[in-house]
Amino acid sequence: MNFEYSAADQAFRDEVRQWMQDNLPKGPRGTSAGFRADKEFQFIWEKKLAEKGWLTFGWPKEYGGPGWTATQRDIFETERARAGAPGTSPFGLMMLAPVLMKFGSAEQKEYYLPRIAKVEDIWCQGYSEPGSGSDLASLKMQALRQGDKYIVNGQKIWTTQAHWANMIFCLVRTSNEGAKQKGISFLLIDMKSKGVEVRPIVTIDGHHHLNEVFFTDVEVPVKNLVGEEGQGWSIAKYLLTHERTGIASVADNKAQLAKLKDVLSRDPGLKDDPHAKRRVTELEVDLMALEYTNLRMLSRMDQGESPGPGSSSLKVKGTELQQAITEAHVEFGAHDAMPWHVKVEGVEPAYQSATGRYNYLRAATIYGGSNEIQKNVLAKILIGL
Amino acid sequence: MDLSFSSEQEILQESAVKFAQKACGLNQYKKSLVAEGQCDAEIWKQFAEFGWLTLAVPESAGGFSASTTDMALVAEALGAGLVIEPFVTGALLPALVFSTAAAVANEALLAQLASGEVQLAVAYAEREGRFDPEHCTTQATANGDKVTLNGNKHCAFNAPNASHLIVSAKSGDDIALYLVDSNAQGVILSSYPVLGGGVAANICLNDVEVPGSTKIGSLEDLNRGLDKATVVACAQALGGMTALLERTSNYLRTRKQFGVPIGSFQVLQHRIVDMFTEVEQSRSMVMMASAKADSEHIDERRRAVSATKAYLCRASKFLAQQAVQLHGGIGMTEELDVGHYFRQLTAFSVRYGDRGYHLNRFENTPDYQA
Repeated sequence: MNFEYSAADQAFRDEVRQWMQDNLPKGPRGTSAGFRADKEFQFIWEKKLAEKGWLTFGWPKEYGGPGWTATQRDIFETERARAGAPGTSPFGLMMLAPVLMKFGSAEQKEYYLPRIAKVEDIWCQGYSEPGSGSDLASLKMQALRQGDKYIVNGQKIWTTQAHWANMIFCLVRTSNEGAKQKGISFLLIDMKSKGVEVRPIVTIDGHHHLNEVFFTDVEVPVKNLVGEEGQGWSIAKYLLTHERTGIASVADNKAQLAKLKDVLSRDPGLKDDPHAKRRVTELEVDLMALEYTNLRMLSRMDQGESPGPGSSSLKVKGTELQQAITEAHVEFGAHDAMPWHVKVEGVEPAYQSATGRYNYLRAATIYGGSNEIQKNVLAKILIGL
Repeated sequence: MDLSFSSEQEILQESAVKFAQKACGLNQYKKSLVAEGQCDAEIWKQFAEFGWLTLAVPESAGGFSASTTDMALVAEALGAGLVIEPFVTGALLPALVFSTAAAVANEALLAQLASGEVQLAVAYAEREGRFDPEHCTTQATANGDKVTLNGNKHCAFNAPNASHLIVSAKSGDDIALYLVDSNAQGVILSSYPVLGGGVAANICLNDVEVPGSTKIGSLEDLNRGLDKATVVACAQALGGMTALLERTSNYLRTRKQFGVPIGSFQVLQHRIVDMFTEVEQSRSMVMMASAKADSEHIDERRRAVSATKAYLCRASKFLAQQAVQLHGGIGMTEELDVGHYFRQLTAFSVRYGDRGYHLNRFENTPDYQA
């Protein structure tokens, strides 16, 4: 047993690091809060990655992925975060793509996968509804079959980047018979269709990431159904167990903790404060535990095994840590974390983005299945009741 | 990166797990508690037969030169089996602190250790230095070809069972380890049983004369040995934590109140998940530190070991406390093994340094970059 990176892995890390340095666009890259890339930057960056063949880094080789091991994917993510580059938008690349590879028709794969790989389509995800959050299977958005079309009526909510996207994949209700899970189907919808309306939701960081999406008599061709009617719930569950490389947010946590340490070491009011130092130390140790738990999972995946039940706790721990690190950032910043959506002379820039990030990341323990739901799922496995 | 165990390690692990399941557990633990020195001679003999007592002895002195991972695999199984025989304090740690040359010179003693005829103990801690091996006021004064030792050692685990004590003492600025016959004139032990099983002694060294040749190791030998032993102790605690997780999951499944299994209550479901998560993360830390404890880079070793001990101090307490809480009244009793794991894990969180000590040590060690 060893935790050392092989010489090949180290060479790979050097290559990625150098490439990031040479290719990450300089200059303003985000919102005024500075923690999220704006649309233009996001997709310039993704196209650069696409040209290099690295955008689809999570895809198997047969679909045009680079064929990296889980360890290499982890190295890539670590270097990406270290360079300060935004994460790739996950909806098409990491969520829809594996679904199409597993359940899509030959025609769907052939059409959509290359468009995702070349950043020609921007996808968003239509799962949650106003009455269906944690109880997702109660969703109501209706798709009624009429000849070779579905007529879709209903509403999705919390839809990240719906205002950027031209396509949305949705869980829809195609039947009210039997168990509620059985009547759910997986449907691809063109956002430019007549009857689709997007309304912004501004979150507590003061930014517009989320939306409500309304569907009124939207016509969707039947060929946009993925898998069979009634298979939507199985598809959604498959996705939850599929790509787990990034689930612990280790790369971003490491980058943020490095920033926290750096700003603390330069902070004249705080650098000699033993409590601040201890707080960073405790975060660092907790991050090590997360990192090595993540490596264990990656190692299992490299051996072709399933990630194991531990991966659900990775989501819980990873998001808790994201929140704890940003909370420390805001508290260390103190008065410097107060200016709201403005750059102020004499204020440490590293603290300026802290509040927005802190506010936004309250979502981390809610999205992707709230942490409480993750624990319900894990408890079923552990107690087996 | 390869996180699988070798086939030899799998065999070692399997034999330890089987032994712990068959020969150990609550009944044996109760027998061991009343055995001489809280060490059942029959169990110790079996440790010797398995070859576990020679794991830490260098090959050049007739031992196995086992990796820390090897020792950790055995310790984890023993921890799950509630074993109190002094595997780490009486056999591994003493063998680990010998310099290679001193191990060869003391091959006969180490052979006796391996066969189970004798046990040893390391006496490094002093009352005022808490856990710090570098706090040493015990004096070693050269006296011709002899050395005279004077000072007090605190809570030396397993010292009452040891034929020889390995004592740290300072001569000028130099801290070194000396092998002292427990029956030597001027060695006074105040012995006592300790929390969770096992024995210890406070030791008074009063003009104890030893030959100069009994200097068996340096401060770095002590630090390295303590680091490895700390990781092995963490593995043993991990075994106890895993056992508590399993017992508590079973209890939630079977204990009924209000006409339903208490595991159907969400507040308890989430608690058991939190326990599971802590066990998983602790396991990752133990695996990492087992590998890095053998690193030739001192800073890498120190940071890995201290991070792991700090993590497990907190996690093991959480497991122990929650296991008692979720078992309710029965968890408070001596009847059930849960409370005995509780005691062992409480003692673990102190032995070889508590969380505060190891966080300090981690903080004060430069980050090692490969």
